[in-house]
Amino acid sequence: MNWTLILPELVLALGGLVILAAGVLPKRDPAFAVNMAVFGTLLLTAVLVLGQPEGVAFNGQYVADAFTKFMKLLVLAGAALGLLLAMDWNAKEGLGRFEFPVLLLFSSLGMLVMVSANDLITLYLGLELLSLSLYVIAAFNRDSERSSEAGLKYFVLGALASGMLLYGSSLIYGFTGSTNFDRIADAVGATVGMPFGLVVGLVFVLAALAFKISAVPFHMWTPDVYEGAPTPVTAFFATAPKVAAIALLTRVAAGPFGELAAQWQQVLILASLGSMILGALGAIGQRNIKRLMAYSSIGHVGYALIGLAVASEIGISSLLLYMAIYVFTSVGTFAVLIAMRRNGRALEGVEDLAGLGRTDPAMALGMTVFMLSMAGIPPLAGFFGKLYVFLAAVQGGYWTLAVVGVLTSAISAYYYLRVIKVMYFDAGTALDPRPASLSFVLAGTGLFTVFFFVFPAPFLAAAQAAVAALLG
Amino acid sequence: MNAAGFPLLSLLTFLPLVGAGILLFIRGEEAVVASNARWTALWTSLITFALSLILWFQFDKTTAEFQFVEQINWMPEFGLGYHMGVDGISVLFVLLSTALTPLCILASWEAIESRVREYMVAFLVLETMMVGMFSALDIVLFYIFFEGVLIPMFLIIGVWGGPRRVYAAYKLFLYTLLGSLLMLLALLALWYEAGTSSIPAIFQLQIPASVQVWMFLAFLASFAVKVPMWPVHTWLPDAHVEAPTAGSVILAGVLLKMGAYGFLRFSLPLLPQATEWFAPLIFTLSVVAVVYTSLVAMAQEDMKKLIAYSSVAHMGIVTMGIFTLNQQGISGAIFQMLSHGVVSGALFLCVGVLYDRVHSREIARYGGVAKIMPSYAMVFMLFTMASVALPGTAGFPGEFLVIVGAWQVNPWVAFGGALGMILGAAYMLWLYRRVIFSRITREDLKALLDLSPREYITFAPLILLTLWMGVYPSSFLSFFEASVAALVTRHEAAMALPRLAGM
Repeated sequence: MNWTLILPELVLALGGLVILAAGVLPKRDPAFAVNMAVFGTLLLTAVLVLGQPEGVAFNGQYVADAFTKFMKLLVLAGAALGLLLAMDWNAKEGLGRFEFPVLLLFSSLGMLVMVSANDLITLYLGLELLSLSLYVIAAFNRDSERSSEAGLKYFVLGALASGMLLYGSSLIYGFTGSTNFDRIADAVGATVGMPFGLVVGLVFVLAALAFKISAVPFHMWTPDVYEGAPTPVTAFFATAPKVAAIALLTRVAAGPFGELAAQWQQVLILASLGSMILGALGAIGQRNIKRLMAYSSIGHVGYALIGLAVASEIGISSLLLYMAIYVFTSVGTFAVLIAMRRNGRALEGVEDLAGLGRTDPAMALGMTVFMLSMAGIPPLAGFFGKLYVFLAAVQGGYWTLAVVGVLTSAISAYYYLRVIKVMYFDAGTALDPRPASLSFVLAGTGLFTVFFFVFPAPFLAAAQAAVAALLG
Repeated sequence: MNAAGFPLLSLLTFLPLVGAGILLFIRGEEAVVASNARWTALWTSLITFALSLILWFQFDKTTAEFQFVEQINWMPEFGLGYHMGVDGISVLFVLLSTALTPLCILASWEAIESRVREYMVAFLVLETMMVGMFSALDIVLFYIFFEGVLIPMFLIIGVWGGPRRVYAAYKLFLYTLLGSLLMLLALLALWYEAGTSSIPAIFQLQIPASVQVWMFLAFLASFAVKVPMWPVHTWLPDAHVEAPTAGSVILAGVLLKMGAYGFLRFSLPLLPQATEWFAPLIFTLSVVAVVYTSLVAMAQEDMKKLIAYSSVAHMGIVTMGIFTLNQQGISGAIFQMLSHGVVSGALFLCVGVLYDRVHSREIARYGGVAKIMPSYAMVFMLFTMASVALPGTAGFPGEFLVIVGAWQVNPWVAFGGALGMILGAAYMLWLYRRVIFSRITREDLKALLDLSPREYITFAPLILLTLWMGVYPSSFLSFFEASVAALVTRHEAAMALPRLAGM
């Protein structure tokens, strides 16, 4: 048994248990200390992931390679930044309970397990650990009706997705005789013809994962949950879990079912087209900026899925790059959303940003950068994400995806511009001063977004190494 | 390396950005910040202009090769490089951009009162994008600059514009973005086909005619909006009317040239068969643009809108010239682009002078200005004459060459162009008569002051250029003679090739 291989997960799990126990004991409010402890544990885990050896453990149920390394670092970055965003908000909203960071930590553990899953059972374990933690933090503001509603909605639909995943897994197990990805791949490769049950099982698994990344047509929960959940929770939802689910989807599609690419490509192309179109059109009429971001995230999943749908090496590396850029710009955007507070009250309307260009030029500039980056305007980071995704589509000859992609980009530019318009062209009153933690996140993600074009090479190289490991 | 011995084009491109960076760190009271911002921006743009003069003196006019070339690997895995350079077609546009920017900053000296620092930052970023666009020799780099222009322009119109600025800013952004994104697909396809994004390498490609048609349409979607060609020109009058004076100057002076430049850089050399195939369509659209928008211009009551429509008409002459595919036509088109950059920029400045004093651009609001502001009337007259292509002014050589070139292709096209010149004279002279001559109908106009020293300084270089380009056009034509000749030869060689299988 190679225990060193799962060291990051072990540290995270043990750290979580210790912090949970330690959080119960003291009489004084331990929230701040727990936040710091969880942040430290996440960072430590990230360091361990960096040094993680490559290999397979638990009879092939768990895998660590360049792909998992890339995705895990991204997940941990998303989680750590999400925690930074939440700290101040929770304290101000009276939600500063120490369970929040601990739940966030356990959900990160679930995501790491998902990313490393090489077996349908491991996959399910990781996904459920993630989901159970997320259900709770979605409803974390338990006195708020909207938050409880969001938690419940997410739970009901999430449970449905889990059921579909299990059903699909059982079909796959029945037709291939194994739950292990490598053995499924062998079985699929050896089968002559296309067992119908296997395809049905695959579609069920894909549908369940599509729920998690909120791809059309399994996106319905997204706007409501994004709106209802406390804003830092929304920020977290929009980043780390999506990365983990995308990683899993990529692993499942490219690994065990690589031979069935022609089958899942159809599903993904439709999901991608639908997500891009719905993301672009749905956001136009939104007045609540969290709902707007929900539709925007649906659209971004659509663009990212282009990379997987074209089923090529450059496609998957463009997907990884897209997700990396998406995580950082999203975190930055949500940092602005979380800072939207006037006279101590949190605000959610797009109109509440009015006059920000005058009252807080630095934050307005940051938000402008994030919005333009999400719209894919050069030279910002988001442009490069889209550039590679479209390049992959053009290379594969998937012109429909490419053309719909650029058209929806132009449409979505409208609502991103609306945010900029409100900030600069309209007049409004000042927001409350933003806390230092948010300024830190804003500055970091903003600089990343602006200066990505100077140093894209290491990110590309990492993404390409990850894909090489994945496709072996 | 290159003739200058140091990375001149990168310096020209990024120096304004450095200036913008410095501006961001100015601290202090608002009035102090505003004054410092003006001076910093002016000096940055003046130094950039002075450096760009090296291009004027050291450019080798005898060759069509790219000069002042710089090349660095950027993302070698994808064949993507940082590649800059200019040839005869682009060099003068770099100079036009660097020359107009300081004038724009001067023109905004007093007109912009709020958020001066942000305004100057936007202008310097804009200069970076313009210079970068004309010197980029890598398609991705080209696209980044081409598209990046939108960000400062959106803010300049949206923040410092007129009453309907939000609508105009959106229209400009979304129109251009949609076109550009379609072009992006064509660029990606080229990139994939060639395995590299370097423009000189892509020139070696032989693209099948059926693919050329699609690519041409994708490029057309972008460049037609940018030029703008009829019927996708409607964003331009809105943008011009709402933009602050300096914004209009840059919009008319440089940004409109980006579309025509794109035709010359991509469509003509890369897609010869499609260019030949689509030329009649372009001629039709150009003639419609020339005649129709001239008539529309005649009906305008807003001075800026009138000049905006005249811009569409003049750019119609440019697209006509480009697609004649002969030496005279293309040279005329490039010359017309340059002269239009100077003259229409100057005309917008002239309108700005009146607007700064009276805060109205309505033609009927004025009359008899010649008696109150004689020097201004002289300046305005010069540029009006240049706009109607009076021989001896900048407007003439370009239009004349285009019509000569068009005559060789199809006399009717030439006729359309000439008709535009006549109509142009009509609306410009009528505008001039109504604003400058006739009786003083409004008492308050009598208090107007003539040109201030700052305004003289702003106009002086433009007057000089207008006369120079009109009297001795060779000093400009000689820059792009070799490049245009190479372009024409290249096109003829491509058309002479036996048609490949499957075309």
